[in-house]
Amino acid sequence: MSVPGAWYLGLAAMLFTIGGVGLLIRRNVLIMFMCVELMLNAVNLTFVTFARMLNDIGGQVVVFFVLVVAAAEVVVGLAIIVSIFRRRTEATADDISLLKG
Amino acid sequence: MIHAVWLIPALPLAGFLILLATGRRLGDPKAGYLATAMMVGSFIVAVGVFFDLMGMPGDERRFEQELFSWMSVGGLDVNVGFLVDPLSVTMALFVTGVGALIHLYSVGYMHGDERYPTFFVYLNLFAFAMLMLVLSNSFLLTFLGWEGVGACSYFLISFWFERPSAATAGKKAFVVNRIGDFGFMLAMFLIFATFGSLNYVPVLEEAGTLAKGTASAIALLLFVGAVGKSAQIPLYVWLPDAMEGPTPVSALIHAATMVTAGVFLMVRVNPILDVAPGVLTLIATIGALTAFFAATIACAQNDIKKVLAYSTVSQLGYMFLAVGSGAYIAAIFHMVTHAFFKALLFLGAGSVIHGMHDEQDMKRMGGLRKWMPITSGTFIVGWLAIAGVPPFSGFWSKDDILLGAWEKNRLLWLIGLVTALMTAYYMTRQVILVFYGGERWKAADRKTPSEAEAKPDHEPAAADGHGSGAHGDFKPHESPSTMALPLVVLAVLAAIGGILKSPLEHWLEPVLAHPHHFASSSSTKLGLILVTTVAALAGVGIAYLIWTGRRVKESAVEPQVLRRAWYVDELYQKVVEAPSRALANFSAFVVDAKVIDGTVNGVGALVRAGGSRLRTVQSGFVRNYALAVAVGAVAILAYAVARSA
Repeated sequence: MSVPGAWYLGLAAMLFTIGGVGLLIRRNVLIMFMCVELMLNAVNLTFVTFARMLNDIGGQVVVFFVLVVAAAEVVVGLAIIVSIFRRRTEATADDISLLKG
Repeated sequence: MIHAVWLIPALPLAGFLILLATGRRLGDPKAGYLATAMMVGSFIVAVGVFFDLMGMPGDERRFEQELFSWMSVGGLDVNVGFLVDPLSVTMALFVTGVGALIHLYSVGYMHGDERYPTFFVYLNLFAFAMLMLVLSNSFLLTFLGWEGVGACSYFLISFWFERPSAATAGKKAFVVNRIGDFGFMLAMFLIFATFGSLNYVPVLEEAGTLAKGTASAIALLLFVGAVGKSAQIPLYVWLPDAMEGPTPVSALIHAATMVTAGVFLMVRVNPILDVAPGVLTLIATIGALTAFFAATIACAQNDIKKVLAYSTVSQLGYMFLAVGSGAYIAAIFHMVTHAFFKALLFLGAGSVIHGMHDEQDMKRMGGLRKWMPITSGTFIVGWLAIAGVPPFSGFWSKDDILLGAWEKNRLLWLIGLVTALMTAYYMTRQVILVFYGGERWKAADRKTPSEAEAKPDHEPAAADGHGSGAHGDFKPHESPSTMALPLVVLAVLAAIGGILKSPLEHWLEPVLAHPHHFASSSSTKLGLILVTTVAALAGVGIAYLIWTGRRVKESAVEPQVLRRAWYVDELYQKVVEAPSRALANFSAFVVDAKVIDGTVNGVGALVRAGGSRLRTVQSGFVRNYALAVAVGAVAILAYAVARSA
């Protein structure tokens, strides 16, 4: 018995929404970062689902690219977060508005 | 030798280039001798060309040499070429001849000047440009020379540019000449539009077919050019100021050669003038008025060179009177004799200034004939020539002009006659003030030594240790031989120049479309000669009575209005300079500052204001950016969905 593709897509949409809303409403940089990861993986799930549904290997290939990019992003992002914590005790996004015009 | 005509302008050009490269190394006086040698070589070639041309049959005396193509644009083909005919050879002969003498004179006169080689660089460049002007075979090449001599005139007037007055005079000459040059340029445009060519030969051959209106327009525009270059009313104002230049420059450029370029141009285009009788009358009128007007001013000037400058303007007016009367040969004849005696007078004046250690005020001279025998002797020959005393050269040429004027219009003749009287008067006054009477420089020295010292250091040539008036043992001295020799040669020419009269008439006849033969009977001619002579002698007599005994108060014979040259400069200042200045101020402080700067600054302010509104968008809050991204993504999605549906 296999789970219908629409369920996967619904799950992916839910994960994406959770990630997006979390990114918008949370202030903690680390949480926001994890929300971004959540959104990326929701997209990955969509890709895989469609690849299976349409019998096209291309979707799964793209997932590898996304994973690589996400890994690179994690490296850079975490490095930034670590250096923020070196200077301040907490990492609230609103406090770090140095690029305000 | 006629094929070597290109050498005539090429030699001064070579001199110019050599001096430009090595002038400083040659120094004083080698640079001067090199420049003089070039001019002498040029003169020798000109003589050779003259004899070759003489060898041709009378009515075939024309030779054209094309060197290379200068430019070829559409229908316009301009070649660098020379037109050798009696007119251009006459001009070339006296330009190189008188030029060589003045170069030689400058060797002595400029001795000790800091920029001695530079002076000869300019002088040779001037000679080159002047020879291009007279020898060229097209209007455009003549214009090249025309502008060249104008530029050299500017360089040389303001040669001592450390003096503000010299710098200003140079600028004035340049700007006033520009007005005339516009006339010349417009005339060329019109000639090209009409004939499709700028070469003299085709244009002048077809001039007879011109419509009267076109011919008048061309003649009038060319005359505007001539008025600027030859210092006629209303553009004469630059010439008296041009006396700020070194005296050899005044002699060469502002008496003998460059200022006669306008007369030359008028004679060159005589076939066009013949179709435009109205313009001829205008030329004669302007000439006569200028002659009279400048002569009145010359009667009351105290600066030895200013008198000669106004006299030059006046004599140029005579030449235009001759041109306007159709007596072209008389104009050229007077041009040649004038070159002799006016160059002589200027060089004599330079010698006096040199000998008096930079004194130019005639009221502080006097009795110089004992101290400067050669200068005074030659100057007196020049005086007799310009005054029109027979048998000196000026008498013959002036007489021809007055005869032409008599046949043109009796009123113009009368003006010319009165001018002849005044010419004799002011020149006699000058000779008496400078060479006769008491030695006023002694008294002047003792009375006002401070004033004499404060005087601007005129010719730095004499700055060899004698300061002006600073010495108790001040003595005028005779000039060195390099200066005396040209004086003597020119004096001889000025004395016997009259013998050129009838050869010149036969010689120049083929150049003229309608040779002008004086129609008056020989008794009329004799009568006119007598009247002219009496007028000249009367002028001499009046001046003798007034200035030897000094019985008449100076203010009576030198009214302030004449001393200040009829306030023409002041008038021009009010009428021309003040509005121009107002316009310039308006442009600078209203148009430029408000409109142009306003536009530029306005654009800047607009961008700045827009930017400061826009910067509020960049809040620095990540969530705002994220929201914007989300909203943007939703919007794009919505759009895509809406389109597919």
